Order: sequence, then structure tokens, then C-alpha cells
Amino acid sequence: MSTTTKPVNQKAWFLILPVLLCVAFSAIVPLMTVVNYSVQDIISPERRVFVGTEWFASIMRDDELHAALLRQLGFSLSVLLVEIPLGIALALAMPAKGWKSSAVLVVISLSLLIPWNVVGTIWQIYGRADIGLLGYTLQQIGIDYSYTGNASDAWLTVLMMDVWHWTPLVALLAFAGLRSIPDAYYQAARIDGASKFAVFRYIQLPKMRGVLMIAVLLRFMDSFMIYTEPFVLTGGGPGNATTFLSQYLTQKAVGQFDLGPAAAFSLIYFLIILLLCFVLYNWMQRVGTQKAEVEQ
Amino acid sequence: MNHERRFQKRTIFLALYLLFALLPIYWMINMSFKTNEEILSNFSFFPQQFTWANYVRIFTDESWYSGYINSLIYVAINTVISLTVALPAAYAFSRYTFLGDKHVFFWLLTNRMTPPAVFLLPFFQLYSTVGLMDTHLGVALAHLLFNVPLAVWILEGFMSGIPREIDETAYIDGYSFPRFFVRIFLPLIKAGVGVAAFFCFMFSWVELLLARTLTSVNAKPIVATMTRTVSASGMDWATLAAAGVLTIVPGAIVIWFVRHYIAKGFAMGRV
Repeated sequence: MSTTTKPVNQKAWFLILPVLLCVAFSAIVPLMTVVNYSVQDIISPERRVFVGTEWFASIMRDDELHAALLRQLGFSLSVLLVEIPLGIALALAMPAKGWKSSAVLVVISLSLLIPWNVVGTIWQIYGRADIGLLGYTLQQIGIDYSYTGNASDAWLTVLMMDVWHWTPLVALLAFAGLRSIPDAYYQAARIDGASKFAVFRYIQLPKMRGVLMIAVLLRFMDSFMIYTEPFVLTGGGPGNATTFLSQYLTQKAVGQFDLGPAAAFSLIYFLIILLLCFVLYNWMQRVGTQKAEVEQ
Repeated sequence: MNHERRFQKRTIFLALYLLFALLPIYWMINMSFKTNEEILSNFSFFPQQFTWANYVRIFTDESWYSGYINSLIYVAINTVISLTVALPAAYAFSRYTFLGDKHVFFWLLTNRMTPPAVFLLPFFQLYSTVGLMDTHLGVALAHLLFNVPLAVWILEGFMSGIPREIDETAYIDGYSFPRFFVRIFLPLIKAGVGVAAFFCFMFSWVELLLARTLTSVNAKPIVATMTRTVSASGMDWATLAAAGVLTIVPGAIVIWFVRHYIAKGFAMGRV
């Protein structure tokens, strides 16, 4: 949100009331239910024992969870480092007007519109050395590639799948931000003899700040909760190479029927995302305002 | 000349990306015209025994095509509700300061951050209790959880690009708030509405876990129908590929309609 002075008006609460009602309906009851589970040992629906913070304590000591968390952080960081610059570069390279612009917009959005389980299925076939284009080609040029057998191949395939799937989101947002820059800015830059890089650094990047913040946070939280695609593609393997947090949580909740610990896990998981998003959000907010001050 | 070379580099980069983006989709289209035996037996760039059978199966089997209809219904309901409630809220956030505004804004976003696995069970219980299980409205309401915050956020960004003087002038001219909002303000942020609508459509269309948990027969979405194929004896790759191709079509139509809005960007600076 911009920080310029806005008039104080408490009646604005009425305008956000519909949103609060809609979201609270699906947000509060499930959240409280999970909190409720997390402090009980649920032996059967009728027999429950209050156990306090026991589950939380045992989750915190779980080594497998620490490993999954580290893998998750590494994955989400890689996703951001690849997708954000690539998305910006794409937005800059996309034609601005005419039928070409429309065609490119439609084509790059296609991957976003494929249901997530189908995305996994596509890459499952695509990466196979016998019948998939990617696996076959790599095999032909002499790379011994197998996403089911080799841990780093599996990890790279999941990353590549995510880049393929989600970079268009960054590109679309960045493109919308770029189109909002009035021509006058570019004309002024041309008169000043500004370099291509200077135009990017001092005009385009600041103007894209708002949309990039959306892109970074969305990509961060969605990649942190990635589940369906790797589940279909690798099932978390080989070994644990692509078992990210969600995968591990599901193994615990569904595989072992441990509702209490799984609920405690969910809450810790939620708090980690919340904390990291909060830090990112404030950091980007601050970078933005400092830049704005420099400009003035 | 320098300019030309840079232009070429840009075009090559774009072309390479488009290739990267399209090849997996092409492979799916390729598969959708093959038989299962052909998919699994040999590698080929084009179907050797071209067949429409996979598409025919989807269009003639009700358990398949009703999935598309169900999905379209709840996605449409979701998009309409999301935009209707998000528009006034985004206006409030972009124009006024009020008690707790920043906290509420961030709280809205936190609703996108709940890892679904464990939350599915309470969702199931809640929606069973209020009688919304297996209804289109139920899925649409559940998807509001992640779409409304996003819509508010995107619209707020677009609205903040419109100078406040426009609102003030309209009020001085005697416009009431609803009339001003619909007649003057909405046309100015058309682009934002288009972008937000596209994102709501997209996220609701591709979501699997909630949609599958909250439906059984009457509102079963296409994404859930497709998981059935996965668990059937062996994999019915060919039908799955054809169904996958068909899931792209509605979204491609939507993006075709909103492309001008995205291309126009924020309305800022036009007034």
C-alpha cells in the first residue's frame, strides 16, 4: 500500500466488511479447528486427550522436518532467483502493441491455466528417456538423465517444471506494470541521453515495484507450499530429494494418521510462511519508500 | 544498427522462451492424438496412427464432460463474488486511512499462506455442517479464501494509480458514491478488473485439493475427474492428455478477452 497521506475515514470499514465476511467464513473456523487438534491426542473421534504443547515440542525436535525445511528454503529461494529476473526480462522483451503482443500474451499464459496435477503428469512423460521429448533429447546428446533415479536430476526437473509453470505469472504482472509508464517518462529519458540500463534502473524498475511485490510474495508463498506437482512427478523421491514441507506434512497426516502432530506441524508451517512473508513484505515496502525519497 | 542488434537479441530470447513454454504443451497435444499403445511403445514427433478417440470419449461420456461444466460453474461464481466484494474493499484501502487498515490488509494475505494438507479436514467438516458439500457454491466460497485477497491486492494497486482529484471533482459535481464508482471510477480501472478477473479465474480453475475434498458427484470438477484416470489400472495417458488439452481452452479464451487490459497496463497518466 502506498504511504502517501490519505484522509482518515473510519466509515471505510463498511467497504471492507463484505470481504471480511467472505474470507472469515472459510478462514477462522478451520484455523481454530486445527489449533484444537494440535493440542490433543486423538485416539478415536470419541476419545481425545489434552496434551498441551507436547506435539509442538516433538515437531521442533524432528530431524526429518529440519531437513525438509532446509530443502524447502533452498527450493523457494532458487524459484525466486530464477523466476523473478526471467519474468522481468520476458516482460521487457515482449512486444508492446499489435497482434504480436496479443499472441505472445496468450501463448505464455497457457502454462498457468493447466491444472496442477496435469502439470505434473505432462512433465512426468516429457522427462522420460524412452517416450518424452526432454528425456529423449538429453539422452541423445549423451547426458545420462533420469529424474526417477538421480537426486539432482529430480530436483532440477522439479525446478524447471516450476519455472516453466510460473514464470509467466511474473512476466504478466511485470508487463502490466511496464505498460503503465507514460510515454513522457521515456521521452524525458531520451532527451537526457539516458542509457538503456539507466532507463531500466530509474524508470522501469521503480514503476514495477508494486506489481513485483505481488509477484515475489505470490511466488514465495506458493512455492513454499508446493505439493501437487512434485507429488505427481517424483512422489518426493528419489530418496527424499524432492520431499518438500507439504509432502512431508501429508505423509505425516495421511500416511500415519497422526492428526495431532500433523496439526501442530501445520501451524508451525503456517507461522514460518507468515514470518518470512512479513519480513519480505516489510523489506520491499522499505526499499520502495527509500527509492521514492531519493527520487524526490 | 546497434538498436537493430539489440532488437534481434530480444527477439531471439523471446523465441527461445516461447519454445521452452510450448514444447511440453505440444508434447501433450501430440499424445492426445495417439493411442495408449503408441504412447508407451515408441518415440515420435507426430502421431503415427492419428486418432480422435480420446476426445470423442471425453465429449460422449457424461462423467467426463460434466467435470468441465461443474468447474466452469464454480469458477464463474467465484470470480463474480471475488470481484464484487474486492472492488469496494480495494477502494477503501487505496483511498482512506482507518483503524487497523494495514493489519487487515496483511491479514487478508495470510489466508493464502495456509498449507492445505491438514486444513482439508476442518473444511470438510465445516462445509458438511452448513450443507454446502458437493455444491458449486461451496467450492466457489472455499476458493474465495485465496482469490479475494489477491483481487483486493491487484485492484488496490491499479486504483492507487488513479489520482484522488478525480474522486473529489466527481463528488463536487454531485455524484453519489455508488454512481461515481460505477460510472466514472470503474471504467478507469477496467484494466485492473480484467487482470484481477483473469487471476481469479486461473487460480480457481487449477486448484485441486479443496475442490476435490468438497465435492463427490454433483459438483465434481474436471481436475478431480482427471485424478481418477491416474489411479485406474495402469495410466490412461491418452485420455488424460486429451483432457489436459481441453482444460487449457477456457482459460485461453478468457486471456484472449482480457489481453487488451493487460497490454494497456494501469490507466494512470491517461487522464
